[in-house]
Amino acid sequence: MSKGFEQPVMMKIDKIISESDDAKSFMFRHNIDYKPGQFIMVWLPGIDEKPFAVSYSGDDFFGITVLERGKSTKHMHGMGVGEQLGIRGPFGHGFSIPDNIKDGSGNACVIGGGCGMASLSVLIESLQDNNTTILTGATTKTTLLFKNRYKDITIFTDDGSEGTKGYPTNSLEDLHKENSYNIIYTCGPEIMMSKVYEFCKKHNIQCEASLERYMKCGIGICGQCVCDGQMVCKDGPVFDSQALDNMSDFGNYSLLKSGKRVSLKEYGEWRGC
Amino acid sequence: MTTPSLTIDLCGIKLSNPTVLPSGFLGTSKSLLKRVADSGAGAATIKSVSFEAREGHKNPTVIPFEAGLLNAVGYSNPGAEETAREFTNLEDLSIPVIASVIGTEAGDFVRVVDKLSASGFSAIELPLSCPHTPGFGLLAGQGTPESTKEIVSAVRKATKLPIFVKLSPNIPEIGNLAKAAEDAGANAITAVNTLGPGMIINIEARNPVLSYRVGGVSGQALRPIATRCVYDIYEAVKIPIIGTGGISTGRHAIEMIMAGATAIGVGTGIYERGIDIFQKICREIETWMSENNFNSIDEMTGIAHE
Repeated sequence: MSKGFEQPVMMKIDKIISESDDAKSFMFRHNIDYKPGQFIMVWLPGIDEKPFAVSYSGDDFFGITVLERGKSTKHMHGMGVGEQLGIRGPFGHGFSIPDNIKDGSGNACVIGGGCGMASLSVLIESLQDNNTTILTGATTKTTLLFKNRYKDITIFTDDGSEGTKGYPTNSLEDLHKENSYNIIYTCGPEIMMSKVYEFCKKHNIQCEASLERYMKCGIGICGQCVCDGQMVCKDGPVFDSQALDNMSDFGNYSLLKSGKRVSLKEYGEWRGC
Repeated sequence: MTTPSLTIDLCGIKLSNPTVLPSGFLGTSKSLLKRVADSGAGAATIKSVSFEAREGHKNPTVIPFEAGLLNAVGYSNPGAEETAREFTNLEDLSIPVIASVIGTEAGDFVRVVDKLSASGFSAIELPLSCPHTPGFGLLAGQGTPESTKEIVSAVRKATKLPIFVKLSPNIPEIGNLAKAAEDAGANAITAVNTLGPGMIINIEARNPVLSYRVGGVSGQALRPIATRCVYDIYEAVKIPIIGTGGISTGRHAIEMIMAGATAIGVGTGIYERGIDIFQKICREIETWMSENNFNSIDEMTGIAHE
């Protein structure tokens, strides 16, 4: 198996796309051997290094989508075309596409919440011609990601400022009756993903969820991103129903930078998301 | 032909095989230690624990290079109390678990050891040898015979558990240091910690890659040095040695055992060969022993000295 770039490779920002109120995409004219659901580590020399999903991917380009949150993402938002970021990876285990989805005999659903859409966008592109329902949710209209990127996308906002008021999970029951899904992919707030997982379990649908944990090494050796014996950076970040069945921390606990195991609420407050 | 036995006795601790997970790899949770045990390790060491929680250095903290890893994690850990909470009922695990304990003063080590006393750890390891964390190890002057004696003696009074002392490969007279640890009551020597510190610069960024700029060198680059250290220590002390540094195959392990090791640490090799490297190494050791008519690890320990 390819280990990708083991050390950061400095890449020039080729283009910057403004995606929403607080999100920008940074495009690079480079080929990386990327499978949907994998991630890369992005290094800002002297500042920090963080994992990001690849949200755009083509033969000779790729891109990441960055929400302005902490010190390093603020710094990135201030960067311009021609400036460089260090990229290592891609790392981890991505999404799988079952044969019945590939051959068009089955139906898939993709549910993205907030910045979770960035981890799903390349997957959605590869599924677009395969009977796929796309649902996206955000707190409000101005924070929606990629709403114009796909032909059919159903939008939900917490405040009802665009699309249906509420969460994408609210409509799952009806949609499943109509489409009888074989697989549901999800990435977003863990509370939402855990609802999707529970729904899939109840209806015997395969589920694949992309998890987020604070990471250090990114290569499966330090143990920082552990979730019940699984390393999110190496065994994940995408886990299927069978793996999630054995992960009681999923939807409940995560590790702070010190390694202290805390509730997802406390973790979320620390991460600012 | 009988199958060779891989079992060892490490200062009274029974291991089903000589492979040991060193501190700093995967030892953040009991669930990961279970996975390490299921992957065939003979024993496992938790991530080093200080009395107070520490966030460690900023990312990047670990970076691979062509002959191993460079790391400066900076002893991130949730502190003694949280660690005691995470690692309870260790008897549930099928392998012995070693607590790696750090501190700045001798008294700090004792306070951590006291907090961990009810967890069911099989041994206490004192890494007096970290090359990249201010206030600890080499940067706190703990790599001298005097300081080693002081810290080991203090911990000796605080626990009945076997004490392992982890030494730095940077020390020229490593045998003397091992002897000082033995004299102060250590039951085993872990040799060695990472070498260095070293540095990797990204030339396009014109910047060292690690946020701390320097870090400890592990993996292949360290192995011949680690083997020599174990060889020297074997000449100097009677207590057993856990040979650690760049071991990723059965042949490497046997080499380290012949230099004088009773057990062997496998850390950076996990990156090279995956978490089931423990099983792989054990099978490789077993095959080689069968082919070369060895029946036990004990028969091979230190035979390069004869």
